[in-house]
Amino acid sequence: MKLDSKVPEGPIAEKWTRHKFNIKLVNPANKRKYDIIVVGTGLGGASAAASLAELGYNVKNFCYQDSPRRAHSIAAQGGINAAKNYPNDGDSIFRLFYDTVKGGDYRSREANVYRLAEVSNDIIDQCVAQGVPFAREYGGKLDNRSFGGAQVSRTFYARGQTGQQLLLGAYSALSRQIATGKVELFDRTEMLDLVLIDGEAKGIITRDLITGKIESHAAHAVVLATGGYGNVFFLSTNAMGSNGTAAWRAHKKGAFFANPCFTQIHPTCIPVSGDHQSKLTLMSESLRNDGRIWVPKEGKPGLTALEATKIPEEERDYYLERKYPSFGNLVPRDVASRNAKMVCDEGRGVGATGKAVFLDFADAIKRLGKDVISQRYGNLFDMYQQIQGDNPYEVPMMIYPAVHYTMGGLWVDYNLMTSIPGLYALGECNFSDHGANRLGASALMQGLADGYFVIPYTIGDYLAGKLNEKVSTDHEAFREAEKEVKERIDKLLNINGNKTVDDFHKELGHVMWEYVGMSRTEEGLKIAKAKIKEIRDEFWKNVKVVGTNDELNMSLEKANRVADFLELGELMVDDAQNRKESCGGHFREESQTPEGEALRIDDQYSYVSAWQYNGEGKEETLNKEPLMFENVKLTQRSYK
Amino acid sequence: MNMNLKLNIWRQKNANDKGKFVTYEVSDVSPDMSFLEMIDVLNEDLTRKGEDPVHFDHDCREGICGACSMVINGRAHGPKRGITTCQLHMRSFKEGDSITIEPWRADAFPVVKDLVVDRSAFDRIIQAGGYVSVGTGGTPDANAIPIPKKTADIAMDAAQCIGCGACVATCKNASAMLFTSAKISQLAVLPQGQTERYNRVEKMIMQMEEEGFGGCTNTGACEVECPKEISIEHIARAHREFIAAKACSHNV
Ligand SMILES: Cc1cc2nc3c(=O)[nH]c(=O)nc-3n(C[C@H](O)[C@H](O)[C@H](O)COP(=O)(O)OP(=O)(O)OC[C@H]3O[C@@H](n4cnc5c(N)ncnc54)[C@H](O)[C@@H]3O)c2cc1C
Ligand code: FES
Repeated sequence: MKLDSKVPEGPIAEKWTRHKFNIKLVNPANKRKYDIIVVGTGLGGASAAASLAELGYNVKNFCYQDSPRRAHSIAAQGGINAAKNYPNDGDSIFRLFYDTVKGGDYRSREANVYRLAEVSNDIIDQCVAQGVPFAREYGGKLDNRSFGGAQVSRTFYARGQTGQQLLLGAYSALSRQIATGKVELFDRTEMLDLVLIDGEAKGIITRDLITGKIESHAAHAVVLATGGYGNVFFLSTNAMGSNGTAAWRAHKKGAFFANPCFTQIHPTCIPVSGDHQSKLTLMSESLRNDGRIWVPKEGKPGLTALEATKIPEEERDYYLERKYPSFGNLVPRDVASRNAKMVCDEGRGVGATGKAVFLDFADAIKRLGKDVISQRYGNLFDMYQQIQGDNPYEVPMMIYPAVHYTMGGLWVDYNLMTSIPGLYALGECNFSDHGANRLGASALMQGLADGYFVIPYTIGDYLAGKLNEKVSTDHEAFREAEKEVKERIDKLLNINGNKTVDDFHKELGHVMWEYVGMSRTEEGLKIAKAKIKEIRDEFWKNVKVVGTNDELNMSLEKANRVADFLELGELMVDDAQNRKESCGGHFREESQTPEGEALRIDDQYSYVSAWQYNGEGKEETLNKEPLMFENVKLTQRSYK
Repeated sequence: MNMNLKLNIWRQKNANDKGKFVTYEVSDVSPDMSFLEMIDVLNEDLTRKGEDPVHFDHDCREGICGACSMVINGRAHGPKRGITTCQLHMRSFKEGDSITIEPWRADAFPVVKDLVVDRSAFDRIIQAGGYVSVGTGGTPDANAIPIPKKTADIAMDAAQCIGCGACVATCKNASAMLFTSAKISQLAVLPQGQTERYNRVEKMIMQMEEEGFGGCTNTGACEVECPKEISIEHIARAHREFIAAKACSHNV
């Protein structure tokens, strides 16, 4: 099938302006005649729901948490990028655009990324107007910092809680619209299916998580902003409830899934401590500004942080500084992560599990003093000590990479519409702007760009043609979808097997991490595919979900989500198998430079993989959207 | 050293059930586990036995979403200051300990099941006025209004609230004043919040009362248990704002 990205004509800097002029508008008086469903209350969802309601649309907004304010966006720490150029250090919309395309290893769509950079400045203005307390300098102006190895200072932040403050800003705008009655909020409500009428998205099926009631909701358009699917790996930095269900069910109804194998593994997380581990905690990337990463030159199994302080300098291998003299400890996330894995695979990992490397502040403390380090990282050091029990002022931290973000997601065109008419995807849920690797502080920017400044314009283009269309849950399609959802729940509750949902989730996670994690091979991917099938088959025969549907039943919620992960995981394998090049976070061992760096194969793989569902148990069809680079020159990344 | 512990956990099937404490033994608890991971282990055991696992709210498990909410041995979020339940580690307990675990208890936070309560009253307090009425778009350049660093810092101190409700659970009056005042205070000190300043404080406090939270009698207990260590100075500021609002009779 030919994918139409609907990228407008014209020079890149004029595309968005022209497009806004050319697309259809809905007359202000008519907006109240349209109902829109927004699933998700994170940065993408809350900003979209509030902005659409302000325009006059009737919005129904859903989240699975007990309050919209708890969406996973709340956990983002580091900051949000914008091309304001306040520090006068040479930033511009074009530079932010360029860096993002390059950082994504040339696997994103130029026009979308340019628009993202273009609206980035409006986001900061918007958030400040809402009262978001960004960090400021003594003169009262906004403070910026450089983040994730960027050459300019373009990151705005609110202490270590930027995501929290941005989300609370969007939540406040949303709350205002709830108070006016323009948004109807459904918290503790999970979307379990998408409803299509004549091939267009016209509603969703939900489960009330307190009563178990299965309900239908109809609308003229459906917007998904349901976050990423990093929890396929069981262990990740995502919130426990983060899931792929909404996107996956939409996929099964016809929405193409793009680049599912593009996963970001963050290099600085607190390592796994045992089988009881339920999630992984991110330690901000900023630590790499002053911390030095090392392992012993010769493997010393079980080496503790305290013992490490006694290891003489000449027996240490500061491997990033050694291999990448110009970037050192500040190489991009994917490079840092892969190198940590390599040294651990060589048997030089540290700590009880051998799956950790040191991040050492001894030199920085000597050079700058404990006070300076404490001012910079005090919170993070406290957090580390709380979790790990070691004091990072005295002994090195131990870190290890962990799954953090999924660049892949539902395929969308320039209007953020999926391949199903009337269904949109925003935020981490879509694939659109980060290519094969996301830059630090760019996810928050994208979520808010999509919700505040893109969807309010582009949704009108679709809706304008639907005036006077009646939407109602009376349609047969809703009954059918409800029936399917109920049958699936009954099935899960009645298997009554021997293994818990978490048992299966952990098994899946192990396979994904082992074979579809930081590096991937043809052979490993084959093994993964077979294993995932086995786990999935066993799941449907042997899972144990206690309780009933008609109550708060968290095992049932989890079972529903894990069942979807078991299918999505396999598609990730297919995608990784198809893409025989390495790019960004996707490292195929078969495709590397002589120095062991990721090697892209541009003449064969400069495309977006958009997978099309063909029915239960069938292989999916791969559709390709070719990527054209007219404004950015493709180069091999080098951090030597 | 791994530990054996006795847990007394509040079990309540639903809002209409009377509820009771049930005792469970857990063994081989590693000091590296988080408190919630310890309950995960218990829940896996219960599930294998076909019993209903203990329900509790949680999501981020890193102290920022505000979902987790347990009273542990009589203290909201357990024995340590400045952290949430999910940040508490089993290192803080010892072999043979007996641990009592209850939900937040307040009329305005009815129990939904086991340790899960309904905190939607907090959302409604924000809906009553916890925002600056600015629509999307058409806002001035972010640097157009300089804000002294000190002011921005005070606003940020207040804005850090995670809305967990530990303040309510701790207060003998079940007052929501620390939560409510944190938002009032954030917006009262910032220039963006001035236009609606008095209207906001009146509406939010009225909503707080309507939700059935108790009045604040300045015991300061909330500040002690707040995982984000939000200061009761914000309560004092909210009181001043409220009096000023009444004085200039911005009607609600
Ligand atoms: C620890 C951590 C730190 C990070 N730090 C940064 C940073 O410093 N800078 C940066 O730019 N990015 C950062 N990121 C990434 C960024 O936070 C996320 O990508 C972004 O917030 C995602 O926003 P979202 O709106 O797409 O989704 P989310 O915030 O994940 O929201 C998803 C919403 O969908 C709802 N939902 C999901 N499924 C369903 C369903 N089936 N039914 C109903 N509702 C559903 C949820 O309830 C929630 O409201 C970080 C991520 C993590 C994990
Ligand atoms: S689970 Fe998010 S604060 Fe505890």
